[in-house]
Formats: sequence, C-alpha cells, structure tokens
Amino acid sequence: MNVKYMFSLVAVILLFLLAYLGVEAAGLQVLFGIVIPYAAIIIFIIGVINRVIGWARSPVPFRIPSTCGQQRSLPWIKSSELDNPFTKSGVVARMFLEIFFFRSLFRNTRSKLAEGPRIYFTLEIWLWLAAIAFHWSFLTVIVRHLRLFTEPVPFWIGFLEKADGFFQIGVPGIFLSGIVLLAAVFYLFLRRVIIPQVNYVSLSQDFFPLFLIFGIAFTGILMRHFAKIDVTGAKQLAMGLVTLHPTIPQGIGGVFYVHIFFVSVLLAYFPFSKLMHMGGIFMSPTRNLTGDTRAARHVNPWNYPVEVHTYEEYEEEFREKMIEAGLPVEKE
Amino acid sequence: MSDPKPNELIEKIDYNSPQKGWMDVPVNIRKGMYCYASNPKSVDYVHLPHARAWNPLEEDWKLPDNWKEIVHNAFRERLDRFRSFKVFMDICVRCGACADKCHFFIGTGDPKNMPVLRAELLRSVYRNDFTTAGKILGKVAGARELTLDVLKEWWYYFFQCSECRRCSVFCPYGIDTAEITIMAREIFNLLGLNIDWIATPVANCYRTGNHLGIQPHAFKEMIEFFVDDIEEKTGVKVEPSFNKKGADILFVTPSGDVFADPGTYTAMGYLMLFHYLKEQGLNVTWSTYASEGGNFGFFTSHEMMKRLNSKMYAEAKRLGVKWILGGECGHMWRVINQYMDTMNGPADFLEEPVSPITGTKFTNARSTKMVHISEFTADLIYHNKLKLDKSRNDNLIVTYHDSCNPARGMGLFDEPRYVINGVCNHFHEMPRNTIREQTFCCGSGSGLNAGEDMELRMCGGLPRANAVKHVHDKFGVNMLVCICAIDRAVFPPLMDYWVPEVGVAGITELVANALIMPGEMERTTNLRGEPLAGMEE
Repeated sequence: MNVKYMFSLVAVILLFLLAYLGVEAAGLQVLFGIVIPYAAIIIFIIGVINRVIGWARSPVPFRIPSTCGQQRSLPWIKSSELDNPFTKSGVVARMFLEIFFFRSLFRNTRSKLAEGPRIYFTLEIWLWLAAIAFHWSFLTVIVRHLRLFTEPVPFWIGFLEKADGFFQIGVPGIFLSGIVLLAAVFYLFLRRVIIPQVNYVSLSQDFFPLFLIFGIAFTGILMRHFAKIDVTGAKQLAMGLVTLHPTIPQGIGGVFYVHIFFVSVLLAYFPFSKLMHMGGIFMSPTRNLTGDTRAARHVNPWNYPVEVHTYEEYEEEFREKMIEAGLPVEKE
Repeated sequence: MSDPKPNELIEKIDYNSPQKGWMDVPVNIRKGMYCYASNPKSVDYVHLPHARAWNPLEEDWKLPDNWKEIVHNAFRERLDRFRSFKVFMDICVRCGACADKCHFFIGTGDPKNMPVLRAELLRSVYRNDFTTAGKILGKVAGARELTLDVLKEWWYYFFQCSECRRCSVFCPYGIDTAEITIMAREIFNLLGLNIDWIATPVANCYRTGNHLGIQPHAFKEMIEFFVDDIEEKTGVKVEPSFNKKGADILFVTPSGDVFADPGTYTAMGYLMLFHYLKEQGLNVTWSTYASEGGNFGFFTSHEMMKRLNSKMYAEAKRLGVKWILGGECGHMWRVINQYMDTMNGPADFLEEPVSPITGTKFTNARSTKMVHISEFTADLIYHNKLKLDKSRNDNLIVTYHDSCNPARGMGLFDEPRYVINGVCNHFHEMPRNTIREQTFCCGSGSGLNAGEDMELRMCGGLPRANAVKHVHDKFGVNMLVCICAIDRAVFPPLMDYWVPEVGVAGITELVANALIMPGEMERTTNLRGEPLAGMEE
C-alpha cells in the first residue's frame, strides 16, 4: 500500500462525504452551492494573479534558451527557427507548439540497458498521448459547461457538443470528452503507481489533483447518465452565480453539490500547487526567449560591478618574466 | 585505474528504486564519486568566504555557525533575482520524462541522479521555507527542513550534475537542471564548499589568466614548443604573435589545449591555420593575460564567471583589436553565447566581425563580436580558401561528439560537421538519440574532470561511450572528434575504459592535417607523428 496516494485518496473521499452529507444531512446547500464556489473563484483568481506577478517580479538576468536546433549563423547553413528561434515570431511558434501540443514531451524516449552493455532508446509516446488526451478533453469539458453559464447559449457550444457527442451512444448521448478525460486521468494515475521511477518521485500532491479530477469527471457522468439530475435546476444555480443573484433551486441532489464542491476545491487548490504549470510554461526562460544572444545584447537589470584582476595588476606581477621572454609590456 | 572494472560497473547499475522513500535514504558520500574539497588558499585568493580546510568524508564540515541563515537568505536572494529558478521551483509536475535522460542516472541507477529528484532535493527545502502549503503540511506536501545531512546530500548530488541541459530538452516546461545546479553551487560557495578541481583553476585563472596557472613566459614557451614541432613535421615555421597591439583579431582558446595531449594537436592546428591565412590578410594575436577560453567561474557562481570572463573584453580593448575569435571549447561557448555580452558588454569598442579572408560578415555575432572557430573555418572552406588534402586523414574513421554547451546553449551543429566533411573522407554519425541537441555529456563536464571521481566519470560517460562503441563496431570508427577541451582531456580515459582503440581529436587538428601549407615538405606523418595512410612502413 502506498502512503502517498492513500493520503490523497482519503482526502478526496473525505471531501466527497463532506459535501454529500453536508447537503443531504445538514442541508447546507447555500454553503456548498454559493459560498464555497464564490470563495473558490476568488481564491483562484487572486491566487493565480499573485503567483504570476510573483514570477514576473523576478527578472530574467540572462537569455538562456535551451537551443534544440541549429543556430542562425552563416547564410548557407539552414537554421532551425522553431527549435532555436532567432526572432520573436519564431519564439511564438515554439511556444505555441509547446503549449498546445507539448512538443518537448513528444520527444520522449525510454533508455534501456541490455547485455553487452548496450544502451538503446525506444519511443515512449504514452505519456505524451495521455497528457494530450487529458488536457484537450478537460478543455472540451470546460467549454461545454459554458452552456450552463450563458443565456442565450452561443451557437458554437452547440457545435462543440455535437462533435463531442458524435457517436450518439445512449440517451442522453455520451460525450467523448468525458470518457477520454476519465481514461486519461486513470492512465496518469496508473503510471504513477506502476512505473517504478515515476512512483519513486511522486508526492501526495501529485495524486491529489488526479483523484479530484477523476471525482469531478465521475460525478459529472453520474449525473448525466445515472442520477439524471434536473438540468434546469443546475443551470438556474449556475446562472445565479454568474449574474451575482445566487439562488438555490430545489431538487438537484447531493451528487451535484459534490461535483461543484470538487470543482471549487480544485480551483482553490490550483494557485498553491503544481497545477500552476499552466501559467509557468508561458514564463519558462529556456523556451520563451530568442536564441539571438550574440546578435542582440540582453540587459540584466541587476548587473553589478565585480572585482576583477586587471591587466595592470597582472603585468605588475609578471613584468620581469614577460620582458625576459620577449613579450610586449605596457611599462618597461 | 584500480577502481571497478567495466563489467563490475555495469553490474552495479540498478534501476530499481529503494524501498524507502528518498527523503529517508541518507546520503552516502562514496569514494570515487566525489571530488576533493577546495584548497583554502584558492578560495581565499579570489576572496570567497569561509576558506578553510575541510573533508567531505568527515562528520564535521566546519561550517560557519549561521550556515542555515546563509543558505536561507541566499536561496531567497536567488529566487528574487532569477525567474528561471523561481519558476522551476514551482511548476514541476514530476511527470518523469527527464528521469532517464540524465547520463549520470543511466550510468549509476541512483534515483537521486534523476533530474527531477535532483531538483526535488532543493525543492523540498524551498517548500518548507518559502511556501505556505509546505509550512503547514510539512512532509505530506513534500517539504523538509534543511539539516546538515540535507546539505551534504545537496553537495554530493549537485556535484554529480554536469550542467549539460539534456533534461531541459525533454521537459515539457523546459525546466533546466543546470539552472538549479548553478544556484546550488552558488550557495555552496557562500559556505566555502567548492570542490578543488573548480576552486583552484578559478584562482589560477584569476591570477595568471588561465586555469592551469601557466605564467606568461611559460605560456609563450609552450606555444613555441609547438612551433618547433610543426616545423619538424611540415617544414614550415609558423610565427605566432603574443599580446600584440594593433592585431585585428584576438584569439582565445582553452589553456588545456596548450597543456596536454591530445589537445596540443588542436593548438598546433590553430597555429598552422593562422599561419596559412597570414598571407591572405589574417592578423591575429594570442594573449597571455586572456589565455583561457574556459571559465570554471561558471561552475562557481554567476559573479565568478563574470570576474573571469571580463578579461576577454578587457584584453581586446587594450590591444585594440577589431573582434575576437574563440577556439574549440564547450562551456566557454555557453558563457560567450549566453552570458558575456550581458555581463561584460556592451563591446562597443569592437567592430562587427568580418572575415578578412572571405569578407563574410558574421552578423549573428554582431553584438558580442566573438566568432567560433568552426564558424570561421566552415566559412573558409565554403569559399574555397583552404587548399586541403582530405586523404591525409584517410587513416581516420571519424565520429563527432556534440559538446553539451555548444549544442544546447548555442545550437552549433552543422558548422563543425561541415568542416569535418571538408577535411576527411570517413565520417559516421552516432545514433540520433545521442547527437545534436540530444547529445550525451562526456560525464566530466562542469568541473567534474578530476582524478579522484573517476568512477563517477566512467558512469556518467557510459551513454556517450556506448554510442561511440556502436559506431566503432559498425563502421570501425577509430577517432572521436569534438570541439571541447574538457572532452579532449576526459575522453581518452573514457575510451580506454569502454571502447579501447578509439582516439580523440579536435576538429582543427584534422583541418591542419589536411591543410596544404605553402612551402611545406612532403608530409609523411600527421601532427601526432603517425604515418599518413599509404606512408606506413
């Protein structure tokens, strides 16, 4: 049994019970449906801004991109403007591919040691695939949920839903994004448990968001397909939140409150956790800087004068030897 | 080497993680895996604090009483000064993509050599000292207090990272362990905890201008010794100039190549190339004051890097040259490419570099005003300015090692390959996952090329050596070519250990072998005195 994930699993189960019993037994709908969501959103917004400002406050003293391709040098040598961008537009392209397609992760390989000894490398696509599946399906799910927060519902959300429900399985139709999200989260959890090295470096806080997001997706699917809650009520509550006229409609049940409580916890947890990689990736100095470091001078705001050993001091010490060896000197 | 045999070393590699969590596994500072402590005289010479004799194996490291406070404040200061450090402390998700990208992990199996865990060594204390969650939740949040054992663990593992940046290529957020190691080493230096293989070269370089402590007259003598050697082998007497005011170009290269084989042949190569180009208008000078391209200050602190690097521009200014040409060196080029101009520029007293032979403007170096010898030579060959006899390198079957820093801190990939293809007939690349931006470290970079950590070096160099072995077995490769002086110093023992029968050379050595010097006698040997292909008897 692994203490690290047990701790997080227990925490998520407790959160579940807290919300479910809080609503079903104690009747705390207002707390879980209004107060906590508002608090969570405020913590999320202020927390994220705070964190990003905190990073931005620290300067970038040196331009240190990881150059993953040919530099721009002689005109007849083809430079890699994507992996070693010389221009700002190259950086934008590099960052775009990093942020939307996890390009660096796509390079992933596994190194293996065989008899001989022989070290060889195999393609390792699963982490990249799961990460892509996870992030894109999560984004799709979030965008789909805008239906509950808008009136009238923008037409393109309808398109997205159509695409997402393309397979038309069941009534109401299964959304692909929900299934993919669950599967991806489950895989990301499994690899943390099964791959020894990943397991060894994992901390409790690596499992916690996985369980939480699993819980969010699971309760969501539960409501749509099994518990079949009153969607009109859910929308009423959501619209109440965004229009700042919060209401608690009747008959939407405990699972719904668990769902939004999980989301609230995720939002409030976000700024204090590794989930901030979402903001951090934009600010990573090894990726978001140009590689034109010899062509354009980068200024370090705190560059301070340092003690140096001057030529004069050097000549002072070695003058006689230099003269003897026939080396030119400043002072004979 | 009396230490473990290759098969014993391989048997030791165990990729299974220990039962205990990593925070509960105490550090074991093991002989063969660490470098000796800094000599207090060297630390003192450059006025770094807490110079003292100490021994990593002893319980008592004779730290200043307030060492925890020093570490805490230094940590905070670096978080405030370096966005890289701050962001990298916060955003790692421990996906593990970096784990098996580190040559030290591949070669030792020690989980704390996984880049992610190496960084966690610092991050755990960061969480404890600087984050709310860490302060409240403690170990559950992956936080731990700084103790003497933690400091020792830091020291051991941040001197088992060669700042090669390979992990940063694979990290989805570009987290660069080199950045983290640099910060850790800065902190060590505030406690007088450098290793001597870095501290003494730094002191030497500060005083004499080069890491080896070669004094000006001796530097000149050593070069003159090469002059004689070249005359013996080619019949041509080259005439280098030193500290010459009014030269057009200042040439700076690592002193290691002046000092020891096989780097010396590369140094001879420079002399021949410059002599060859003299008639075509090249006016270049060496300097005894700026007689070091490498910069072990880079492995000490940003400040020390700046202090040593300052000599290049200072000397260029004093001599009144137009621009600077840099020799084959690894980390020297990261410093020049990514730090020099920012630290010691602007170099507005220099001119935008132009090749006096071809007229090529090196616009990519228009601000820093320093050109790499491979860029310079590639341009010469492209414009047919060198008379070359490639067949003189026919006894060599060559492969090329991309040094970490010119690879991942510069992107110098195709220029050296162009030069190699221009001067020799048999060139084979190592496997794709081991070259260019994915190149493997020699295992001894960032000041770890001492003698006492030979086991560490052989472990760290395994992935590189193994790739050489691959092309050695497949194509009969017998020469590993590189553009780094540390490589030239450390590859010979690494090759002897893992792939005997493979030699090591710099590119300019091969250029000089092939170069048809005006007025030369019939060349029967290469610069090493070995018979040329077809001349064996």
